[in-house]
Amino acid sequence: MKLAAEGVISYDELKEPIDLCLGCRACETACPSGVKYGKILEETREALYHNHRENSSLPFQRTQDLLFRKVIPSSKQITRGANLLWFYQSSGLQKLARKTKLTDVLPGSLSSFEKILPEAASPAKRKKRAAVLKPSTSPKWKIAFFTGCIMDGLFEKVNSLSLELLKLAGCEVHVIPEQTCCGALHAHSGRKQDAIQLAKKNIAAFEEMDIDYIVNNAGGCGAMLAEYDKLLENDEEWAERAHAFVQKTRDISQILVQCELPLGNVEMDRKVTYQPSCHMTNVQGVVDEPLQLLESIPGVIFKPLSKAEMCCGSAGIYNLVHFHESMKILDEKMKGVEQDVEMIVTTNPGCLLQMRLGVHREKLEEKIEVVHLVELIAASCGLTLTDE
Amino acid sequence: MVFQKIDRQIIELIKDIIPEHSRVLTDKNDLAGYSFDASFGTYFPEVVIQPLTTQEAADIVKLANEKSIPIYPRGQSTSLSGGPLPVEGGIVLDLSRMDQKLDVIPEDLIVIVSPGVLTGAIHEAAEKYGLFYPPDPSSSAISTIGGNLAENSGGPRGLKYGVTKDYVLGLEVVTPQGDIIRTGGKTVKNVTGYDLTKLIIGSEGTLGIITEATLQVIPKPPSTATAMAIFDDVVTSGKAISTILTSGILPSKIEMIDQACIAAVEDYSPSGLPLDAEAILLIEVDGKPLSVAEEIQEVGEICRSSGARNVVMATELSQQANLWKARKMVSPAITRIKPTKISEDATIPISKIPDMFEKLKNIKEKYQLDLVIFGHAGDGNLHPNILADKRDSDEMKRVEQAVKEIFEAALQLGGTLSGEHGIGTMKSSFLEMELGPVGLDMMKRIKESWDPNGIMNPGKIFPGKDQVFSLMEGE
Repeated sequence: MKLAAEGVISYDELKEPIDLCLGCRACETACPSGVKYGKILEETREALYHNHRENSSLPFQRTQDLLFRKVIPSSKQITRGANLLWFYQSSGLQKLARKTKLTDVLPGSLSSFEKILPEAASPAKRKKRAAVLKPSTSPKWKIAFFTGCIMDGLFEKVNSLSLELLKLAGCEVHVIPEQTCCGALHAHSGRKQDAIQLAKKNIAAFEEMDIDYIVNNAGGCGAMLAEYDKLLENDEEWAERAHAFVQKTRDISQILVQCELPLGNVEMDRKVTYQPSCHMTNVQGVVDEPLQLLESIPGVIFKPLSKAEMCCGSAGIYNLVHFHESMKILDEKMKGVEQDVEMIVTTNPGCLLQMRLGVHREKLEEKIEVVHLVELIAASCGLTLTDE
Repeated sequence: MVFQKIDRQIIELIKDIIPEHSRVLTDKNDLAGYSFDASFGTYFPEVVIQPLTTQEAADIVKLANEKSIPIYPRGQSTSLSGGPLPVEGGIVLDLSRMDQKLDVIPEDLIVIVSPGVLTGAIHEAAEKYGLFYPPDPSSSAISTIGGNLAENSGGPRGLKYGVTKDYVLGLEVVTPQGDIIRTGGKTVKNVTGYDLTKLIIGSEGTLGIITEATLQVIPKPPSTATAMAIFDDVVTSGKAISTILTSGILPSKIEMIDQACIAAVEDYSPSGLPLDAEAILLIEVDGKPLSVAEEIQEVGEICRSSGARNVVMATELSQQANLWKARKMVSPAITRIKPTKISEDATIPISKIPDMFEKLKNIKEKYQLDLVIFGHAGDGNLHPNILADKRDSDEMKRVEQAVKEIFEAALQLGGTLSGEHGIGTMKSSFLEMELGPVGLDMMKRIKESWDPNGIMNPGKIFPGKDQVFSLMEGE
């Protein structure tokens, strides 16, 4: 990056190595000199983005803009995407497509993911969600829940369980409708200005209510939220507001670990391993809480994953854009899963999908389940969603 | 030395040796990643080769020797002296992917490793057996053992446990002619012939390529305790170090940070360190829990009676980590003073620490530079770091003069140019100052008889004809 800035190599020569970087930021935790690689990486991606944009065709720019500015941040669009997914799955089209091997014609990445996509919630179900959940006793904390767009689109069930679990833990939980996408995918693609706009929208939305914590359940989103202060550090009007936002941001595991939960309501006997989210580990610094929660669940036999600190290759949309590289990383990752493991737990939607794909590639679907930590805790507490 | 440039025909010969062509890199963006290390300067190699076996490495070296192509072994390029820089172009041999072997043999108290294994991975593997590989360069989480061996790396624990060379029993080495030899063995005692193992260690890749090492490990001390002592006067802190070391206690680490570092750390990540203190000492003792608890109390008392303003002690691991945080923060914190960091590691006998502090203070004032001191004070391995801006040529000229005076000061006090970073490209022009013309010539004779074609890491250790020290890039 320095060589490109000095003009020794060109931006085009820099692009490929930068594109191939997962951005897992494990290097930051290892660096003896404390280099802020994440910041340098995103600034480089921003420079590459502007350089590339200047040299790309107008239709291409428009398509990209539409995706990043309209589809991803708009809960309506994501909802529509989820609705389509739900229709596709529930209408029998999915079965037909699979039967006719239509899906095999899709490019490698898409056809692989098609097989592991979760069941989307029906539109009616998502609409039904209450704006506030109140616990039976006086609330321990007042919490605003950050839904996230991918999480809400693909893993609506995990979000609903998160809300119920926080309520069960004695928290008053609010879902603020004005919230939007966290902007992580934008920042990782060099669209810093778009990320800043989304950050400001979120900060403003969550300022509206007097709350103790802003809680999310997606490692990648959480990392982005936790760095809003850095994103806006040079913006006089917003720097302090961003700082206040960051101070309140927590991963759900950080909250749950401090609460009383009826763990063990449902008996279980499972050998479980845990794939930590890189951004949760390396950026948010949340490492111990998920493990503490896992180990406190009666009947869970924890089997550490070897090379757990290594990225699973999901890395935002890396697995879509660099499918082959991503699969090489994933196959390496799967070697670390011990023979008798029955469940892989993750804390981020990207990792969740990727590990499911890993299980699928190893043909272990019958044997290994892949779930979000929230799902396992909810199961142990005997928590089920009302209309299930 | 006239070297041959790499052409298409040579690339084809290389590809005959390396079956997977993805391990032969020639694209400019790939070469760029191999053009620098943690020291100074940018030099592009002509090709990067990633061998996976000793045989591949040996075949490449044989080819390089036949064709007179310079070859540069490289680990993870954390070198602070320019060790892996391909200053003459040619081949960079990236050994970081040769990391297949990490065998702990507890019955023999040895570990056998491939050169690309990370030093930190050796620490972890040994600990599983209650064993301990003491050398701990600050970069151990990312540096390879091959690089540590080639540079004879040190670290904070050098005070009590010595450095890399003290834990190597045997090596497998590819000679500059491309033959494979073994030196030493698997035993602590071994006096069969010349000690080639020690000759290779610290030879900075100029005599051959290390492709396997047999390391000695020792039982791991079960516990540690840490004291942080704050001093109003830097010279007093130096005297406290001497008193501790003559009191019958041998701490595992004694690290110091000076006032400028304290200020930088507080600015970077405030943790309530006193800004008016001239020096902070961090002292760690290790051993059995009971003796550790007793020794840290004694260390605390010695610091107090030597004139420390305040002493904090910790035996809990998390509290100890908290105390060490300040030391860990120094490197990132000081780079915020100015962008160019010139990191020196001149080392002096323990009793001369206070004198060295005095001399460094004078140099700092004379040249009006941001000179900060931190480091492994207990073994005399100070790290005077100068923060400058390489775009300011006037300042860089002053830095050059200051560096020269730092070396002179260290030698006057009976010390050495480099305690643990190596000579590389950065200090070669000063070598004769320490070794004398005959001493330097004897070293050159060794080099010339091992590597008559001069292909192994040329441009390192030995100064070129009429070479002068310069920090000016592109001049």
